[in-house]
Amino acid sequence: MGIVHGDEMVLNIGPQHPSTHGVLRLKVLTDGEIVSKITPYIGYLHRCFEKHCENLTYEQVIPFTDRCDYISSMNNNFGYVVTVEELMDIHVSKKVEYIRVIMAELNRIASHLLALGTFGMDVGAFTPFLYMFRDRESILDLFEMTCGARLLYNYMWIGGLSHDLPVGFVEKTYEFLDYFEPKIKENDDLLMYNKIFIERTADVGVLPPEVAVSYGVTGPNLRGSGVQWDLRKDEQYSIYDRFDFEIPVGTGQMGTVGDCWDRYWVRTQEMKESIGIVRQALKQLPTEGDVQELVPKKIRPPKGSIYKRTESPRGDLGFYIISDGKPIPVRVKLRSPAFTALSALSAIAEGWMISDVIAILGSLDIVLGEIDR
Amino acid sequence: MVVDNLMQWFESWTLWEAGSPLLFLIVVVIAGVPIFLLMAVNALVAVYAELKISAFMQDRVGPMGQGPGLHAGKWGLLQTVADALKLLLKEDIIPTLADRKLFIIAPFIIFVTPFIALAALPFNQDLLIADLNIGVFYILAVGSIGVIGIIMAGWSSNNKWSLYGAMRSAAQIISYEIPVALSIVSVIMLTGTLSMQGIISYQNGTTLGILPNWILFNNPFSFIAFFIFFISGVAEVNRTPFDIPEAESELVAGFHTEYSGMRWAFFFLSEYANMLIISGVAAVAFLGGWHSPIPGFMESSGWSLFWFISKVGVLIFIMMWFRWTFPRLRVDQLMNICWKVLLPLALLNIFGVGIWTLLIG
Repeated sequence: MGIVHGDEMVLNIGPQHPSTHGVLRLKVLTDGEIVSKITPYIGYLHRCFEKHCENLTYEQVIPFTDRCDYISSMNNNFGYVVTVEELMDIHVSKKVEYIRVIMAELNRIASHLLALGTFGMDVGAFTPFLYMFRDRESILDLFEMTCGARLLYNYMWIGGLSHDLPVGFVEKTYEFLDYFEPKIKENDDLLMYNKIFIERTADVGVLPPEVAVSYGVTGPNLRGSGVQWDLRKDEQYSIYDRFDFEIPVGTGQMGTVGDCWDRYWVRTQEMKESIGIVRQALKQLPTEGDVQELVPKKIRPPKGSIYKRTESPRGDLGFYIISDGKPIPVRVKLRSPAFTALSALSAIAEGWMISDVIAILGSLDIVLGEIDR
Repeated sequence: MVVDNLMQWFESWTLWEAGSPLLFLIVVVIAGVPIFLLMAVNALVAVYAELKISAFMQDRVGPMGQGPGLHAGKWGLLQTVADALKLLLKEDIIPTLADRKLFIIAPFIIFVTPFIALAALPFNQDLLIADLNIGVFYILAVGSIGVIGIIMAGWSSNNKWSLYGAMRSAAQIISYEIPVALSIVSVIMLTGTLSMQGIISYQNGTTLGILPNWILFNNPFSFIAFFIFFISGVAEVNRTPFDIPEAESELVAGFHTEYSGMRWAFFFLSEYANMLIISGVAAVAFLGGWHSPIPGFMESSGWSLFWFISKVGVLIFIMMWFRWTFPRLRVDQLMNICWKVLLPLALLNIFGVGIWTLLIG
């Protein structure tokens, strides 16, 4: 940090703090209320995920991927499994593909609900947080019905899934979607279009598109800045080409393009799009087939390496796997979208007030489990 | 009234001379007991109300007191009692590097503000500790004392977070006192008296046939004055959307981060007592005090107490409603609203009330 000048104060936000979304330490140099420099310190949640992977078989890695971004575990599983399947040249049945998409999109909704709820709480609105968590509970019930777990699923296996959809899942999901769609509007009216919320978030923490691209920010953060980039459409994986959905992009509706409000808005719109995708998938869902028929007895990918990325609720989740023919990978690297988002924090939050730093951090939607691995 | 009555009673039963300072001192100390009890009961009820109201607004039930073992009472009624007991029994922690004297004195100064202001709040035709002829002026004036306590608390905690919270709070409270006072000025212009009972008796009878003659309905400008007063009052009490000083998600707990146990309970008590005072003054100045809303009906002494408490209760409910609905304003936006919006509005209001009264009233 160097020399601290006379009227500057070094303030420590975290690691234990009500709104750092995990164990994150921010060393903030402030001049009164204005922040002049922010340095994030991470590593409090480092659990040696990538080192562990060097000692586990390919299928044993899957529960570990759950725990990286613990809020959207299905998407983590999805990313890893799709990567290994491409390395091994396995083509799973259509039923498995459809179920994977349904689970991934439901988890996207759940993850965005949490992101929006905690963002609201950071800005001082306590009630939307509880409303969104109530709705999130319904999704977690659906997951518990399927695989027994509420948060860390170990659901998507290489070549298939751990459990088939239980009886009654499709009806319950339709029920949930019909219940949830009007709730989005309710939450919007309560928080998103509230004048005080707009004052707090519009024009605050503007992330210009060039800066976002140069830092490697992806996902809703990038789309909030106006850049139309979504891996589900731009680098098709799985069966996303069969679905008809839009990519919402921030347009500076309430302020500048790329402010916190835009990022909030993009996440809300993405929830609506995900609902559409799940509906389409449920309609087209094949009912015949065993979800485990293509799961290999022994997973030994051929020698080689592969990098594949998928769209997690936080951005481009990339897996780089090096294999040398053994059942244990040589190297698994996870490219974390929240890591790049956090690295862009100092670019967008300097020059704002402390309350704004909290708001900006909330709008970036970081999860320390993914950043630290 | 209570002070006067007590003094007369003492003089008639003992051989004390009238107007003796020692007698006055004793009477004042005795009169302080109901105020303290009132503050305690208010905190008990207000905290329970906050727990339940916030719970129902957030689609939960709040403390319910079900199941075996230590009980929170039916409907969670004993929850605040349990909280009070817990606070009394907690360890008293003073940070090593904190300024001990200031740290200990600060909660008392903050407690003093609502304590002495409650002395001038009329609950009834008779239930009034001291019928000052400058009642409203007195309450607004003693409201400023709390700021000193807040700054002392923030500074003496030896904690940057507390310091931030205290500075923000001091700026906020001092700034918002001005629209509060200016909106009361429009009331005073209409009633011609600063005395609380005087303001209430001005609002006797009906206006426009069926509406009670409250200052709220007197004048379109006094209607606006009520909202200016209420919003500034919410800011005075540090409630959301103006609760930046205790912004939980940003500064942990602002200026009372380092306080625990009974010391923290004093802050807590004072916050709810402040809410009571702001609602009380709003009820007296704009909503007719202890008058019934249906003029001439249910105007007896007991009913007046009921009306006053219900008006205050409704206003406190609205304050709690605000807290659980709105996000928080940033410090500079908060100051912006005070100096650039409410203050000019309050000044224009005074003009408006005067001109309206001159031309029409």
